[in-house]
Amino acid sequence: MTALTKLFRTTTFRLSLTYLALFSAAAILVIFYIYWNTTVLLSQQLNQTIDAELTGLAEQYKAGGLDQLVRTVAARSQTPGSSLYLVADKDGNSLAGNLTAVSPDLWNSLGPVEFAYRRPAPGGTERRLAFANVFRLPAGHRLIVGRDIEDRRDFARTIRRAMFWSLALLALVGLGGGFWVSRRLLARIDAVSDATRTIMAGDLTGRLPVSGSGDELDRLSESLNLMLARIEQLMAGLREVSDNIAHDLKTPLNRLRNRVEEALREPPSQPAYREALERTIEEADGLIKTFNALLSIARVEAGAAGENREQLDVSELVRDVADLYEPVAEERGIDLKSDVAPPLFIRADRQLLGQAIANLIDNAIKYGAADAARDNGAKPEVEVTVRDRNGTAEIIVTDRGPGVPEAERERVLNRFVRLEASRSEPGSGLGLSLVAAVARLHGGSLKLEDHAPGLRVVLALPIGDETHVNGTVAAVSPEQRSDTPDGVLRAHR
Amino acid sequence: MRVLVIEDDQETASFLKRALKEAGHVAEYAGDGQAGLDLAKANAYDVLIVDRMLPKCDGLTVIQSLRKDDIKTPALILSALGEVDDRVKGLRAGGDDYLTKPYAFSELLARIEALARRPSPEEGSTRFIVGDLVLDRLSHKVTRGGEAIMLQPREFRLLEYLMKHAGQVVTRTMLLENVWDYHFDPQTNVIDVHISRLRSKIDKNFGIPLLHTVRGAGYTIRDSAH
Repeated sequence: MTALTKLFRTTTFRLSLTYLALFSAAAILVIFYIYWNTTVLLSQQLNQTIDAELTGLAEQYKAGGLDQLVRTVAARSQTPGSSLYLVADKDGNSLAGNLTAVSPDLWNSLGPVEFAYRRPAPGGTERRLAFANVFRLPAGHRLIVGRDIEDRRDFARTIRRAMFWSLALLALVGLGGGFWVSRRLLARIDAVSDATRTIMAGDLTGRLPVSGSGDELDRLSESLNLMLARIEQLMAGLREVSDNIAHDLKTPLNRLRNRVEEALREPPSQPAYREALERTIEEADGLIKTFNALLSIARVEAGAAGENREQLDVSELVRDVADLYEPVAEERGIDLKSDVAPPLFIRADRQLLGQAIANLIDNAIKYGAADAARDNGAKPEVEVTVRDRNGTAEIIVTDRGPGVPEAERERVLNRFVRLEASRSEPGSGLGLSLVAAVARLHGGSLKLEDHAPGLRVVLALPIGDETHVNGTVAAVSPEQRSDTPDGVLRAHR
Repeated sequence: MRVLVIEDDQETASFLKRALKEAGHVAEYAGDGQAGLDLAKANAYDVLIVDRMLPKCDGLTVIQSLRKDDIKTPALILSALGEVDDRVKGLRAGGDDYLTKPYAFSELLARIEALARRPSPEEGSTRFIVGDLVLDRLSHKVTRGGEAIMLQPREFRLLEYLMKHAGQVVTRTMLLENVWDYHFDPQTNVIDVHISRLRSKIDKNFGIPLLHTVRGAGYTIRDSAH
């Protein structure tokens, strides 16, 4: 496709053509209307002038007969202007007037008539157009009163010429403008296309050009640029994740390999082999765990998990998970308390939410460890709270450990991020990433706060409208309520 | 126990065959879904191990068509897809248990043994008895040697599950799934701590221990005097 056909095909150019046609039609109509109205007005004026003169001359004739008429006509003929007069006898001899050489046709006609006549001009005579009224007087005399209308013809010609030129100009400007606008637009579209191609070729830092005029194309480019920025960010995240995966999976793989090699180097011995193999399996299990956690996070983040959402009582789930961890906490000398609100129903995936809560409690027990708490002079305790805060179910887990410095609170939600202080505890650095992903999947949020001393983690999940089911209290038996260790059961409205 | 392994990976299949033989079971093998379906229909097996992705006819379809023919042989689904949603799909198709690859053989063995367990005479009864330990499912009472033992509701359910599978190995994951209904990894050895609490209640003050740890596999409750 040549550049020109490409140009003709643009929407802008086609629009220009359409508008050009419309404007031309409108211009023709306007000009014609003006021309026509003017002509009508001029004819009326002409007729009126001639009629007035005739009336005047008729009065003269009545008052003083032919002689007076001849005198008046002779006098009026002297005044310069476009009025034409002629008084003649029945043989056509001029008695008075400025009209000479009248054709027999005119002579014999009667009433209003248009005719050509000659009048003196520098260097001879010229032919001009006139309009007149022919009158027959008694005794065969004729009175012709008329006006030169050559100027009117000029006017019509001028109008026609004006019409032609204005249309020509309109077409020229319209076509030219159409070309120009289309070319400009096409250039911008081409620039956008080029930019897109570079980006598709792999340069994710590329952006679409923005002219700065703030027009619709700019707005579109800006939106697309935002999208590109997001994609770039996601890709960067992905790259970072694969780097992390490479590091966090390769390191244990390497360890595993080293161990096997070492066992092979040593002199053959059953117990040594056995030990090496057992440790290899342990290492492999750790790898599998990390791998599974990564896959879970990826699926939750992609929104591919959690198809099995149900109405569930988050209070009961939290109580249940806390119950699972209670012996572990006790073993570590940590007081695990739960302050769980009355039944609070939300729509969630039980397994995913359960795992999220488990991860939070597990973290609190591991990192809010008894030693750390004693170091900062606090009683080692982990508290789990569930509350309804303005239509949001908040699951709050607090500990008395070293906490997370404010600057690191965003970062620890990323995959594989582990703070120096936590390196001594086993863990993959994926726990909080999963909680954050689960929160996002359920339309909620995860926040880390200072518990002074310690860490306070708030997992907020929206309570849908349907969730305030009447009689939710009935869903929990008194027996279940009494299970709650230290459970503070507020009266349900 | 007669086991049919439907698995397209030759090496996995022969590993399973050998390992099952060592564990005292007879294993047969089918390399694709159609062959597996034919074998499962023709012979009586105690348990089926079905890989989810199979040539010719996938694992879920195999189980579905067996169930349609009213063949109720317990089936364990093996799959690389480990999410809860996949699990639910597998169980809906008629599978009885679901295990994600990669797995420990001890886990697989414990699970198929639990699946293939023939209903004991006690099954329908309301009391489980191991040695002098008695669990009454109706009154929620536990006694050992006639002495009442106080258990928390969760401890009761834990003991109930162990006693239902008395003599068999029960893994930590099985306990987490069946007693707590959690299908995720709790990171810490939570189950071990629950077991040791239970042990202190049912075994500590009595001569013969009943609740045993099976190294590298899980736990089992049995009367070692027998």
